[in-house]
Amino acid sequence: MNTQYTTPSASTAPPLLDEPAPEPIRRVSIICSKGSLDMAYPGLILANAARMSGIEATLFFTFWGLDIITKSKVDSLHVSTVGNPSMPMPTMLGGLPGMESFASRMMKKEIAKLEIPTIRELLSDLSDSGAHLYGCKMAMDMFHLTREDLVPQVEDVISAMDFFDKSAGAQIIFI
Amino acid sequence: MPTRDYAGVSIQTNEEGFMTDSSQWTPQVGEAIAREVGVWPLSEKHWSVITFCREDAAREGQPPGLRRIAKNSGVDMKALYQLFPRGPGKLAARIAGLPKPKSCV
Repeated sequence: MNTQYTTPSASTAPPLLDEPAPEPIRRVSIICSKGSLDMAYPGLILANAARMSGIEATLFFTFWGLDIITKSKVDSLHVSTVGNPSMPMPTMLGGLPGMESFASRMMKKEIAKLEIPTIRELLSDLSDSGAHLYGCKMAMDMFHLTREDLVPQVEDVISAMDFFDKSAGAQIIFI
Repeated sequence: MPTRDYAGVSIQTNEEGFMTDSSQWTPQVGEAIAREVGVWPLSEKHWSVITFCREDAAREGQPPGLRRIAKNSGVDMKALYQLFPRGPGKLAARIAGLPKPKSCV
């Protein structure tokens, strides 16, 4: 039997929920746990977009995410060419010497072309915007980092419990 | 298409309140929108931002992102957040009668 199915158009479909419009987001807390260039941007850009929309933003940097706010590493974050399924090259080639810095250079060039700020510039914008940046105490102890190793935009070094206290009422995003 | 009454004029907007025809904008309409979104009173600095946004949008064909405003309007990032505490990325464009900016920075 040949049955014809039609998809109801957006205008004729009944509303799924008979409820008032949901409350807008007021606060976000973003956990940055990775230190590669492609994992650093999403958290910082999301936090920045939140602030631009008038949403409170808190960032918690832990484990490899600490690289993003470490003075000696912030300008040299890399793209990972190995174990990265989105990388347009075979993993074996990605492991060759110089490949990772080549890929990182290419990505940074594209970023500059589109006038996307560098990580350091984004951190400065975030601080000017009133976003709160925190380092994770435990991860810092693990990596033997002190407050002086971090960029000046970092407000404080706190524990995971402090992070939850500071995130009251916030939507939490893990990256 | 929804319309809103600003400064005695019926203005076309989208659901979010952004003007859809920027040629309908006058400084009086801008003032009325500013009052509605709680950016009031408008200082000279607010006007530098609003004027920059309108001129830049006319040149580029799209409303400027916040970073572009901070770099080129003479009002820096910190000041922009003081002038539009409830979200400078959206509110500057909205008061200037422009669409919501597409830029994330």
